[in-house]
Amino acid sequence: MPDPVPVIQVSDLTKRYGPSESGLLAVDHISFQVHQGEVFGFLGPNGAGKTTTIRLLAGLAEPTAGQAQVLGLDRSQHLPQIKKRIGVVPEASNLYDELTAFDNLVFSMQLYGVPRHERAPRAEELLARFRLAEKRDVPFAKLSRGMKRALTIAAALAHRPALLFLDEPTTGLDVLSARSLRQMIAGLRDEGVTVFLTTHYLEEAERLCDRIALLVRGRIVALDTLAGLKAQVQGAAAVEVTIEEGNGRAETRRLVGEEPASLVREAMALAESEGRRLLAIHTVQPTLEDVFVQLTGLSAEVMQAEKGGKGK
Amino acid sequence: MVSDDLRGIWYIMLKDLRAYYFKPPNVSWGILLPLAFVLAFSIRDPGNLEGLAPGLLALTLLFGASSMEAIVITFERRVGALERLLLAPVRLPALLAGKILGGVVFGLVTALVVLLLALLLLGLSGINWLLLLLAMVLSAAAFSALGALVSVAVKEVFEAQTLANVFRFPMMFLGGVFVPVASFPPWLQVAARLLPLTYSVEALGVALTGGSSATAILDLGVLGAFTVVFFGLATWALTRRLA
Repeated sequence: MPDPVPVIQVSDLTKRYGPSESGLLAVDHISFQVHQGEVFGFLGPNGAGKTTTIRLLAGLAEPTAGQAQVLGLDRSQHLPQIKKRIGVVPEASNLYDELTAFDNLVFSMQLYGVPRHERAPRAEELLARFRLAEKRDVPFAKLSRGMKRALTIAAALAHRPALLFLDEPTTGLDVLSARSLRQMIAGLRDEGVTVFLTTHYLEEAERLCDRIALLVRGRIVALDTLAGLKAQVQGAAAVEVTIEEGNGRAETRRLVGEEPASLVREAMALAESEGRRLLAIHTVQPTLEDVFVQLTGLSAEVMQAEKGGKGK
Repeated sequence: MVSDDLRGIWYIMLKDLRAYYFKPPNVSWGILLPLAFVLAFSIRDPGNLEGLAPGLLALTLLFGASSMEAIVITFERRVGALERLLLAPVRLPALLAGKILGGVVFGLVTALVVLLLALLLLGLSGINWLLLLLAMVLSAAAFSALGALVSVAVKEVFEAQTLANVFRFPMMFLGGVFVPVASFPPWLQVAARLLPLTYSVEALGVALTGGSSATAILDLGVLGAFTVVFFGLATWALTRRLA
């Protein structure tokens, strides 16, 4: 297979808000490539610069420094052409409350110049695919949160973009909606749409993404396939230890370290020092969470704690 | 790119008219307000309807074209819907032009009601139709562009309404709607000459009841200039705000 031009090619991309030197460095000299047909994940806590990166690539913000090419076109020169061929799903579902599901899709297509005779069939097709056919004539404002999300994604796909940006696609959704949405996202890959996805859900990145970039404070601290990231963790060993807590209860802890043998010794020492009984000990595959903790120095709780009240 | 922009202008205007303007409450308010003005003034001063008609028509255009316009952009920016438009392959001036055009159409529709009433009461003789059309369109354009400028200058919807009134109320009293500008003391006449409504009232007056064509043409030019300046400032301010 010939090596195609990357769908996204970014080098030293930087965005600083406010005055130079003292301003907030939201994106700090990041470089990466996204290849044709892959689901590429940007994983990191709030304020890591995930949304800012999308805004820079989609033309909603101007970079302070660095270069970016999207679909083989230089972002600084060909923004209108790029905009025609990408779809962006912002974190907030932001279609028009007043328009129906169908009319929202048609309006999207009107803006992107989809020929008149293609609009209605395409809208019906998308409504069916995102399980919204019954809501065709319901105003956007009256849809459930999950349906709004699905329709916002459908609207971003309406003009058949080659590249889709998804900013935190499942944040704030209930478990079922999130699951069904993830299936839809996974389905996009089969159609050859390249997906750039940001998330702060470790398991979402783990499940959906072909490659993952870990972003912390505007910098990419690691970028690899899931397997590659896991292999990067030193020793790549993790054990789960179950310790008796008294009154019949047990507590499970996770230890990550260099090699299983030393972890087992560590587990036994831990139980002994607290004067409790060791009930079970399992070696487990390190998860993305373990990788994240190891590579970023941040606790996984940083991510989990921020799932709730997320601002921008 | 130009065809993308033109298409954007057209569909953004249509969408705004559908989503915001032509909703029952807006239409009825847009028409009730000028009707109330007409009624109030015809009761107070039944003999002078002819003198009041241009002012009432201009006032209707002002409120019709600027009221929603000032809110719509602020509102869309708040809820993130404006971002959809910014993501589309439509350049920012075209986006604003589409929004402004929505206000123009709505202003003209509400003004049509007042115009029909005025024609019923005053008769059709002696009307300069071409001048009337141009004066109405250019007035609506200037007022709608003013609304757009207001809406990009503020963050909240209620601020947009307040700021719009800061511009509109002085215009109501100084623009020659109720009292001819010529009867003002000189310093107040200077102030009146800074306001677009003054030129709108004057041009509509010439179109409806006769007067100097030269004055009217100058008025049209000034209204056009106001439109360009407001539009330019709004584009500049929105670009800066989004950067």
